[in-house]
Amino acid sequence: MKNNFKYLAILALGLVACEPEFDNPVNEGDFYTSGSADFSNFVAVGNSLTAGFADGALYKSGQENSYPNILAQQFSLVGGGEFTQPLTADNAGGLLLNGNPIVDGNGVNQFPNRRVLMLDQAGQPVGPVIYTEEQATTDIANVLTGSFNNMGVPGAKSFHLLAEGYGNLAGVATGAANPYYVRFASSATSTVIGDAVAQNPSFFSLWIGNNDILSYATSGGVGVDQTGNIDPSTYGSNDITDPNVFANAYSQMVNALTANGAEGVLINLPDVTSIPFFTTVPHDAIPLDAATAAFLTVQFAPYNLGINQLAAGGAISAEEAARRQITFTEGQNAVVILDEDLTDLSSINPGLTNMRQATSEDLLVLTSSTVIGTLADPSNAASVIGLAVPLEDRYVLTTDEQALITTAQTSYNATIQALAEANDLAFFDAKSLLAQVASTGITFDGGTVTSTFASGGGFSLDGVHPTPRGYALAANGVIEAINAKYGATVPVVNPGNFGTVTIGR
Amino acid sequence: MRNLFLAVVLLVSASIYAGGYRVGLQGQRSLAMGHAGVSVVSNAELAFFNPAGLIYLENKLNISAGVSGVFSDVAWQSEQFGQYSETDSPVGTPFYLYASYKVTDWLALGLNVSTPYGSRVEWEKDWAGSHLVNNIELGAVYIQPLVSLKISDIFSIGGGPIYVTGSVNFNRNLSRTLADANGDRSNVTIDASGVNAWGWSVGAMFTPVEDLRIGFNYRSEIILDAEGGDANFDNIPTGLPFEDTPFNASLPLPAELSLGASYQVTDKWLVAFQFDRTYWSVYESLDIDFVNPNIPDSVNPRNYQNSSIYRVGVEYKALDKLALRAGYYFDESPIQEGFFAPETPRPDSNNFTAGLSFDVNDHFAIDASFLYVKSNEVNVSYDFYQENGQNVPFRGTYKNNAFIPGIGITYKL
Repeated sequence: MKNNFKYLAILALGLVACEPEFDNPVNEGDFYTSGSADFSNFVAVGNSLTAGFADGALYKSGQENSYPNILAQQFSLVGGGEFTQPLTADNAGGLLLNGNPIVDGNGVNQFPNRRVLMLDQAGQPVGPVIYTEEQATTDIANVLTGSFNNMGVPGAKSFHLLAEGYGNLAGVATGAANPYYVRFASSATSTVIGDAVAQNPSFFSLWIGNNDILSYATSGGVGVDQTGNIDPSTYGSNDITDPNVFANAYSQMVNALTANGAEGVLINLPDVTSIPFFTTVPHDAIPLDAATAAFLTVQFAPYNLGINQLAAGGAISAEEAARRQITFTEGQNAVVILDEDLTDLSSINPGLTNMRQATSEDLLVLTSSTVIGTLADPSNAASVIGLAVPLEDRYVLTTDEQALITTAQTSYNATIQALAEANDLAFFDAKSLLAQVASTGITFDGGTVTSTFASGGGFSLDGVHPTPRGYALAANGVIEAINAKYGATVPVVNPGNFGTVTIGR
Repeated sequence: MRNLFLAVVLLVSASIYAGGYRVGLQGQRSLAMGHAGVSVVSNAELAFFNPAGLIYLENKLNISAGVSGVFSDVAWQSEQFGQYSETDSPVGTPFYLYASYKVTDWLALGLNVSTPYGSRVEWEKDWAGSHLVNNIELGAVYIQPLVSLKISDIFSIGGGPIYVTGSVNFNRNLSRTLADANGDRSNVTIDASGVNAWGWSVGAMFTPVEDLRIGFNYRSEIILDAEGGDANFDNIPTGLPFEDTPFNASLPLPAELSLGASYQVTDKWLVAFQFDRTYWSVYESLDIDFVNPNIPDSVNPRNYQNSSIYRVGVEYKALDKLALRAGYYFDESPIQEGFFAPETPRPDSNNFTAGLSFDVNDHFAIDASFLYVKSNEVNVSYDFYQENGQNVPFRGTYKNNAFIPGIGITYKL
């Protein structure tokens, strides 16, 4: 009897091993093919978009949904190896240096926690708030050991990836180093691209250059267009990079990454007008009743008159004078803005500020929504910003500023595409993808992803970086480009399985 | 913003409970013959299969008891997205205890304690179908006093009331994506036990000639109404209205009709045939009513259809003390295309059985059985999970199999 039970137990154990097997299992064998590409050691190089930055911060669950991590999971079906990321310590997202927040000269935390979407008692969205339910614990002085397949460094511009010392802790205070790279740089003198190449990638992705125009754009164009200046060491953080500097840096990186014969994918730069940071706040954000509109129009009458007089005298064109006429009507009214590109008339008449009313072509940045309509001087009820007090230049990307961005972006993108062709690499047109998200949206099995702020599903609460679902769309675009180039059949992911904005406090 | 809110409101809309959650393991002797027991007079297993036959058992007191080990695994994959997952379900242990006592030549009393409905499935937590189910454990114990009456030498009837006590524990994620700020997926566990209900069964047995028996049995539908169970919500982002609340729900245990015949071909050979019809169409929709009015109720269409099982089995008395058995049955799935949810993904199956009985002495016998459940790969979907008011199908290829050894004893006095 005892023996019988023993045999029964052995039988049972044998049965447990008999798991159901598919005729063609997706997770083994050759259900999918890598084509002529070799995904065994995939290294991703870039900026915040590569790192998985979202909601204004780099945090763990965001990194897990970075587009290269999504790619790596799919690559694992076709011979892809382990994909390591320099994960932060938490899901709060803020950075510390030796236990303290990293602050600017005014004491403002430069790397606060992520944003989450707050709901009111009724469950209705109130808006994005800084996440406070968890404290930041990621200290950049804790340098991670080992190499990382994800070499995305938030904030990096093209030439930064080649800059020695960009990961030197001592350089953070002076702005010469990037705290995100400090966390995992191989040494105080290493370069991002050097650390990437040292891993001897068999396949790479490169998505860099966004910040070469984006920081100028998000700062409302307060920086300088450095086109013509080929010395990036003289650039300010909000400047536009010279297209030749970009092209030179970019080709150096491609050369370094392909030196061992690696295959890869290059990704171009989307339009800033595709992202909700610039498309959410309307130019005519201020509602007025008839009495207030009439009152304000009277207040601006001397300015309008002065402008017209100078136009008649030939100091400015009639066209400019017309643009600078400020009037209000009952209903929605265009915000009054400062515009440094208007002719400076203050030497003739100090009352004639460089201001005009915004048009539908001006882009008001997302952060202006917390300023417009507030009082410049809390004791003066008449000092409403956007009406009596013009909105500062840093909140508005004017058409002239947009033109500078577009010129640089067009040049950068031409460089990227040309280098993809010259080096026979896959090329993903992220510009077209984001334009589609912004115009018609992209349908998936649970709805449509659009670029509408907070509710569109494509963009996180900083208005610039994608949600996990947005990153999934990017990953799918990259996969399709790779499949087309290398004859691979890497499967795409379902965007519906990736989340959007996070609710919290 | 409005869309976002809608998305949040409509989160609770997926599925609960098992699909074909009938577990046909109600006797090692019958199971070894393809679970074709409605017309076979062998031991107290008749208490479940056909109480009318109890009166034909030769001994005054008959007891049978047994237990099975359900080793069942299900694999799922999506060729479109390269996803793969498989269950790691704990071993299920359905059991039975039957007894009959012959009071007179024409009257026997009996007892049926068995677990004809149940399910136990554990997928990998947060797998691709976790918005439909992470894990489920469903159980129902039938307790039934029985009367078996011989009306004439060739005809008998039997039956009795059934008391059922059921329990369910079920967990799934609230949607495909909702998570708290730590990225931990929001989920709900519903738990109810001691859910009681009543039903009945009645059977008849006809013996037109000495070696031929014809059996009929009907077991009524029983609706388990879970009132005031516990619904616990976990990893809910701050600000959403999901909080622990009682819930009410109903789960039908469908009626089952069996019709069969057995023929003693020679002294050593017995053959049995049986047709079962399970009235699954009662399972139209699974509706979970969360008592908290701020939590939207969950409506999950099922639209099962009535299904049939075709059984055949043989018994060979190899030795005086040893009977060998084998059988086969084809089990038709009650699930229609478009309603295939992964709680208990049971497509049509071919089922192969074998077993033996060994008489230890005049009173005791050991009964053993083995069932292998084989299903073909099926590429199917569940189309009625909703996001933003639109149906989001969950499609994939399923493959499952089950190995079910069972052991029991028969006692007669």
